[in-house]
Amino acid sequence: MNLQRTVKFEAETDREFAQWIAHEIGGEKLRECLQCGLCSGTCPLSLYMDKTPRRLMYLAREGFKGDVLSSLSIWLCTSCYGCVIDCPKQINITGMMYSLKQRAIEEKFYPPRFPIPVMARQFSRMVRSSGRITESWLVVQVFARTAIWRLLGMGKLGLRLLRTGRMRLVRDKVEHRHDISQLMDAVQVAKKELVA
Amino acid sequence: MKYAYYPGCSLKGTGRAYEESLLAIFQALNVPCEELHDWNCCGATSYMSVDQLSSYALAARNLALAERENMEIIAPCAACYLVLNKTQHYMHDYAQINSIVTQALGTIGLTCEGKTQVRHPLEILLNEVGLQTLAAKVKSPLQGLKVAPYYGCQLVRPYCTFDDQRNPTSMDRLLSACGAKVINYSSKVQCCGASQKGTVPEVGLDRIRRLLLAAKGEGAEVIATVCPLCQFNLECFQEEAGNSHEPISIPVLYFSQLIALALGLDAKSTALQRCIVPVQTLLGSKGIVHA
Repeated sequence: MNLQRTVKFEAETDREFAQWIAHEIGGEKLRECLQCGLCSGTCPLSLYMDKTPRRLMYLAREGFKGDVLSSLSIWLCTSCYGCVIDCPKQINITGMMYSLKQRAIEEKFYPPRFPIPVMARQFSRMVRSSGRITESWLVVQVFARTAIWRLLGMGKLGLRLLRTGRMRLVRDKVEHRHDISQLMDAVQVAKKELVA
Repeated sequence: MKYAYYPGCSLKGTGRAYEESLLAIFQALNVPCEELHDWNCCGATSYMSVDQLSSYALAARNLALAERENMEIIAPCAACYLVLNKTQHYMHDYAQINSIVTQALGTIGLTCEGKTQVRHPLEILLNEVGLQTLAAKVKSPLQGLKVAPYYGCQLVRPYCTFDDQRNPTSMDRLLSACGAKVINYSSKVQCCGASQKGTVPEVGLDRIRRLLLAAKGEGAEVIATVCPLCQFNLECFQEEAGNSHEPISIPVLYFSQLIALALGLDAKSTALQRCIVPVQTLLGSKGIVHA
């Protein structure tokens, strides 16, 4: 029998990560978490998660970077804010999830072709280039990058949406598209200035 | 005062019936509004996962556009309503976000001081129009129609100031004023799974199934929604969500379509032709007149 250690040692934690999350939105009050588990009980998605929100919060604040960022739980959070209004310590758990998602994308910590982060990235690209989202185009782009065969199974729904005039075929765009890209660039500049 | 109507992307696509019926009832009830010129996507939940600061700047551009015109925003989509309000809150609460967003908006000649109120149609109808005025204008009451009011998550949480976060009743009251029999829907603020029907179908479909079965089990004949994503999820996947033992077929309308029906507006305004699960037979059986 091959027994493996299931408990982590403190030496395996990443102090930088623990400090980082403590200064991110949602992480500010992470030290106050009582580990009561109300977040996990309230979360409608926790029953599909590999790590419940309560566990994720503990691991994050102690600096178990790999365990936290590679967990699919952060992607299953739909940001329904149920935990936020129930938390007895008023911790912005949903806000923390966004901080974790952003870091996981930056450091490519998610499984390749996992549709949720792929969709987030395609979404942001489309907004950057057009200023608006055209749902039908986004769906095609996401499936093309994750599971193209699934598009085939959507023919019936596609036809129904077309018939009822709910599928927009022409890309929707803002008038001042240049403003959007300029705005996004300016955010990056301002961010860099702040760090420097 | 004229309101700046902020449609958001879905109301121009899969949620067209929401836009059509909402603008029609606003006109019928004398709520003046015009579309916010050159609005952009609010960023929804997706942009926030990629780059939070950019997503606040995106949302703030819309706030700034309305601020320039000195108008209050009406945001019907629950996600847009949340994101615009959240940006407003974060710019107030976090000096760093405020300074970065302000600096970025400056490069395109805009300012956002946080003066723009972001409001939801439910609240406008309740507080500006009023239940009595609404009831007085009802021409074709939704007599005996059993409606499950479904609010979803992002409208009432966490920034909503006009309704309860766990047991909202604004839509219940509006639909009751239209003559409907509103049921006490147990899952009214449960999440529909958002885009997970597309990304992780096994999870998304399970959420949808639970919500539909709860509505059915509690005696609803129609589900009323306030969010284009909730509406899409609950209406478009009923065949998959049900099975041969327990097929599911229940019309899912926007609350604004039901109000348009009650006000006796024309077919263009009720937008029933955009339904995938037909509702006409049910309305006929209840003796509800519809164009």
